[in-house]
Amino acid sequence: MALLEVEGLRVSFPTEDGVLEAVGGVSFSVEAGRVLGIVGESGSGKSVTALSVMGLARGAQVSGQARLDGRDLLTLAPDEMRRVRGRDVAMVFQDPLSSLHPLHRVGRQVAEAVRVHQDVTRAAARARAVELLGEVGIPEPARRVDAWPHELSGGMRQRVMIAMALANEPRLLIADEPTTALDVTVQAQILELLERLRAERGMGVVLITHDLGVVAQVADDVAVMYAGQIVERAPAATLFAAPEHPYTWGLLRSVPRLDAPRERELVPIQGRPPSLLHPPGGCRFHPRCPHVRERHRHVEPPLEPVAGDPRHSVACLLDAPTRRELRQGPVA
Amino acid sequence: MSEPLLEARDLVRHFGAVPAVDGVSFEVRRGEALGIVGETGSGKSTVARLMLRLLDPTSGTISFDGEDITAARGRRLKALRRDMQMIFQDPYSSLNPRKTAGAAIGEPFAVHGLHTGSGERRRAVQELMERVGLAPEHLNRFPHEFSGGQRQRVGVARALALAPRLIVADEPVSALDVSIQAQILNLLRDLQRDLGLTLVLISHDLSVVRHMSDRVAVMHRGKVVELADADTLYRAPKDPYTQALLAAVPRLQPSSASGASSPSSS
Repeated sequence: MALLEVEGLRVSFPTEDGVLEAVGGVSFSVEAGRVLGIVGESGSGKSVTALSVMGLARGAQVSGQARLDGRDLLTLAPDEMRRVRGRDVAMVFQDPLSSLHPLHRVGRQVAEAVRVHQDVTRAAARARAVELLGEVGIPEPARRVDAWPHELSGGMRQRVMIAMALANEPRLLIADEPTTALDVTVQAQILELLERLRAERGMGVVLITHDLGVVAQVADDVAVMYAGQIVERAPAATLFAAPEHPYTWGLLRSVPRLDAPRERELVPIQGRPPSLLHPPGGCRFHPRCPHVRERHRHVEPPLEPVAGDPRHSVACLLDAPTRRELRQGPVA
Repeated sequence: MSEPLLEARDLVRHFGAVPAVDGVSFEVRRGEALGIVGETGSGKSTVARLMLRLLDPTSGTISFDGEDITAARGRRLKALRRDMQMIFQDPYSSLNPRKTAGAAIGEPFAVHGLHTGSGERRRAVQELMERVGLAPEHLNRFPHEFSGGQRQRVGVARALALAPRLIVADEPVSALDVSIQAQILNLLRDLQRDLGLTLVLISHDLSVVRHMSDRVAVMHRGKVVELADADTLYRAPKDPYTQALLAAVPRLQPSSASGASSPSSS
């Protein structure tokens, strides 16, 4: 049994203009000690997926299952979920400044995270906070424990957030764009830290990002989301070497890459992501897909394993030989 | 080689006691795309504003087309504004929410007293819209009715309105989704080629800068630590900071080959 098993997750928000279905039935699993990257653009549903699993999607109608060690988190009462959150599953967000309390010293915030779930003295919690700050690579933790959030750099603040998330040794860490606000050299350090924690603690990690490079570097498995659905899922190496979905091809062809010739042309994806109030019928990518056929406008493609590789699934109505032909060798 | 279009000499700009730009010299050659890359606090955006005379340098000089413009004021500065335009990161905050796209794009004409007939101005605006890939029906739409990519097209059209010779684009695609970034990058590239524009691209994104630039300057703590042809700089970076920066960029080639099954490709 996987650490986290999400099945048929649907999340919708009632709005003045109708029901907005942010997540339209996604299923995935995360093994202990592995990193699942969820990649997508704004409005793809990747963040709402994570928030719903954490019981933090306010005002949302959530259905489906999200089983942590077999226990469905979506059916837990709010106070039960509060006990799970932080202890069994923890989350790290993009912007550490807005998630830290500006008027409390960072050590106190980490210590409080410890005391929410553990019956320890203030002194013991503080000692644990120093330990945690050291563990996430903050130099001189015994001194920094008394720093104010604004005295720390963005990278250091993100380390504090990770220390708080680790306070109760969760089995699963969900990181939502944890490095998007950071400089590239700092990003590299934070990704290295996540990688080390995963290896040392055998934590499962869900890494949500729009950045294909980050996914390629850190994730073991990747799910590509588009308009509230997973359109492709595979081990990272497979996804980048042999992507099957036209949207994945589009993403890969539209980003400049340091490992491709400089003069390589960028091929943008035409149009823009659909409104989730009125998602297109059939395949949701069909209005932007260069390979659309008449049938794709009204038949919804299921997410199915690719022939010969049970770990690689794709939701595309094109048949396999056609896709292989269209992909034209390596997308790189 | 002909004289550079813009030349910065020993530029310094302090904010309080802190030097944001600390002795920067470079030239922008006619028709080239010069990339300026750096992290937060490197001084790259301050350099952009100094070049365009949106900020005054504490010391140093800026020449445009052979003329020292460091102290240009009044009418001379207004004329310079026609020659040098800026494209900003966030097209939403740089557009007036109560002005239609047509009004926003035509505004520079009004400011500079160009195309004064209403029919003539409308035609000029429509030409610009076509140029940047906006449809005629977008003319009367407001910023909130546009996607991020379309708003950036409005921003580009506005920058092009006065037929400038130099465009400085400060993080023009950072606020856009991945699939939209390429649309705007390709547009900027086409415009540069077709109109013979000189482009300065400021970005934190090393891949974007490499793709777009003929030459690249790397900034760190207010200084240019390295400036070279894009090919040379990315192939054989000399400065240790440039090397560290390049090493930190995640590559799309995944590190592990666990369970790769690549049928026809590889």
